[in-house]
Amino acid sequence: MPTSTSIPASTAAQAPKLRASNVNFFYGAFQALHDISIEMLEHKVTALIGPSGCGKSTFLRNLNRINDTIKNSRMEGKILLDNEDVRAVDVTSLRRRVGMVFQRPNPFPKSIFENVAYGLKINGMAKRSEMRDRVERSLQRAALWNEVKDKLQESAYALSGGQQQRLCIARALAVDPEVLLLDEPCSALDPIATAKIEECLFTLKDQCTMVIVTHNMQQAARVADFTGFFLMGRLIEYSKTDVIFRNPAKKETEDYITGRFG
Amino acid sequence: MNLRTWRLLVNATMLTLTGVCTVITVSVLFVILGLLLYHGASSLSIHFFTQLPKPTGETGGGMANAIVGSAQIVGIAALIGIPIGFIAGIYLSEYEDKRFASFVRYVADLLNGVPSIIIGILAWALVVLPFHHFSGIAGSVALSVMLIPIVTRQTEQFLREVPLALREGALALGASKWKMIATVAVPAGSKGILTGMILGVARIAGESAPLLFTALGNQYWGGLTEPTSSLPVMIYQRATSPYEDWNQQAWAAGLVLIAMVLTANILARMVLAKGVSLPRG
Repeated sequence: MPTSTSIPASTAAQAPKLRASNVNFFYGAFQALHDISIEMLEHKVTALIGPSGCGKSTFLRNLNRINDTIKNSRMEGKILLDNEDVRAVDVTSLRRRVGMVFQRPNPFPKSIFENVAYGLKINGMAKRSEMRDRVERSLQRAALWNEVKDKLQESAYALSGGQQQRLCIARALAVDPEVLLLDEPCSALDPIATAKIEECLFTLKDQCTMVIVTHNMQQAARVADFTGFFLMGRLIEYSKTDVIFRNPAKKETEDYITGRFG
Repeated sequence: MNLRTWRLLVNATMLTLTGVCTVITVSVLFVILGLLLYHGASSLSIHFFTQLPKPTGETGGGMANAIVGSAQIVGIAALIGIPIGFIAGIYLSEYEDKRFASFVRYVADLLNGVPSIIIGILAWALVVLPFHHFSGIAGSVALSVMLIPIVTRQTEQFLREVPLALREGALALGASKWKMIATVAVPAGSKGILTGMILGVARIAGESAPLLFTALGNQYWGGLTEPTSSLPVMIYQRATSPYEDWNQQAWAAGLVLIAMVLTANILARMVLAKGVSLPRG
């Protein structure tokens, strides 16, 4: 049954960047998502919160169709990017427009430079002469440039966990995505690294739309404009972050926020 | 005797037993090496590597044609077998959800178990018979059939070990499946894959049965389209001959062959051990 997913009137004039309509998702026979309908607005940060196993990561992964690689999985319903069905477009160009940062940093076994340049190379997006500038710009946007500018040829694995994650952000940004999906990007990191990444996300807001899955409610409160609360594969409530945290409409939301269950 | 003494006794016995078995296993290698060195080292000389075989009784003479012949036959076999095995290994690892893939894997495992002399018969029927000619290339075909399943399974195994996280990272940047395989998965698994290839080649270099009626053997220089000499076959012929000096040469050839195979094995292990191309933790 319809859940409270309507956007407040004041922002309704803005066209949604991403819209999901009645999305159901199945891992084999198991239904992980039930009738999810949600809209993400451009240049805003949307956080998806909820307890473990509630389906928020599953939902996120449908936005760039990375779930396609999972055998026996099936999605019903529609996801629209700028009003285009994501299943109708070529998946590689979709993934260039909708980038993803994963929970655990996953840099390639290549140099720092090669990692950031990878997306540019395989998409044929930059000439050799431009490569260096674009890599530098991406590393600056990820707030990592100063720490690595003298060691671009070193292996990415020489970096710390937090640095590797910022490298993955730089790598994702290099192809100029319109949307950036972040799947609990700070869960494997210490508080200082987390703070650096949140800072970086703040500055990125104007340039791209972000959807961030997080276990950390304080993070959602700090970073996000809108927040959606997931529980057991359903979207229980979706509203401006303020409203969710101060004045939730649903009891389950309130219980989760106040820590009655985790 | 009480329980404690009994336990100590069993413990000591088993320890000794397993220790002795280990020593036997390991020492076999050293016994082989020792024997070959002892009997064969004296016959090694510059002649051995540069001259053609001479009739028994004459001094000098060597196995230059066998060494070059082996290199030729094994080289061509590698050129045929490695690419086929490599691509098949990629298919098995990356497209494993297709039914055809499990069938291929099953057949590759069966092929691994086929006796090498039967593979020789196969090559004989396919290459020697139609052309009415024993030839080096027939030998190469036989050896490549043995090489393919080895390279296939090794490639598949090391590709599988590349973490899903790396693959998803590449796909999420807009890489197509093949681009991801070529630019991320294969480079990440390259050390293991390369090792598999080296070990596979070392293995076929020592095979004699498939060459017996394909490349046959030759007292002179052979070629792709002619009977060609090879080290393993030469060893067989020399060792079973009644002539003392030829027997000596067989020892020397055995030493050369094992030196080549051991070098390849050690090289492969060094490649594998030297730096890991996968992330830690």
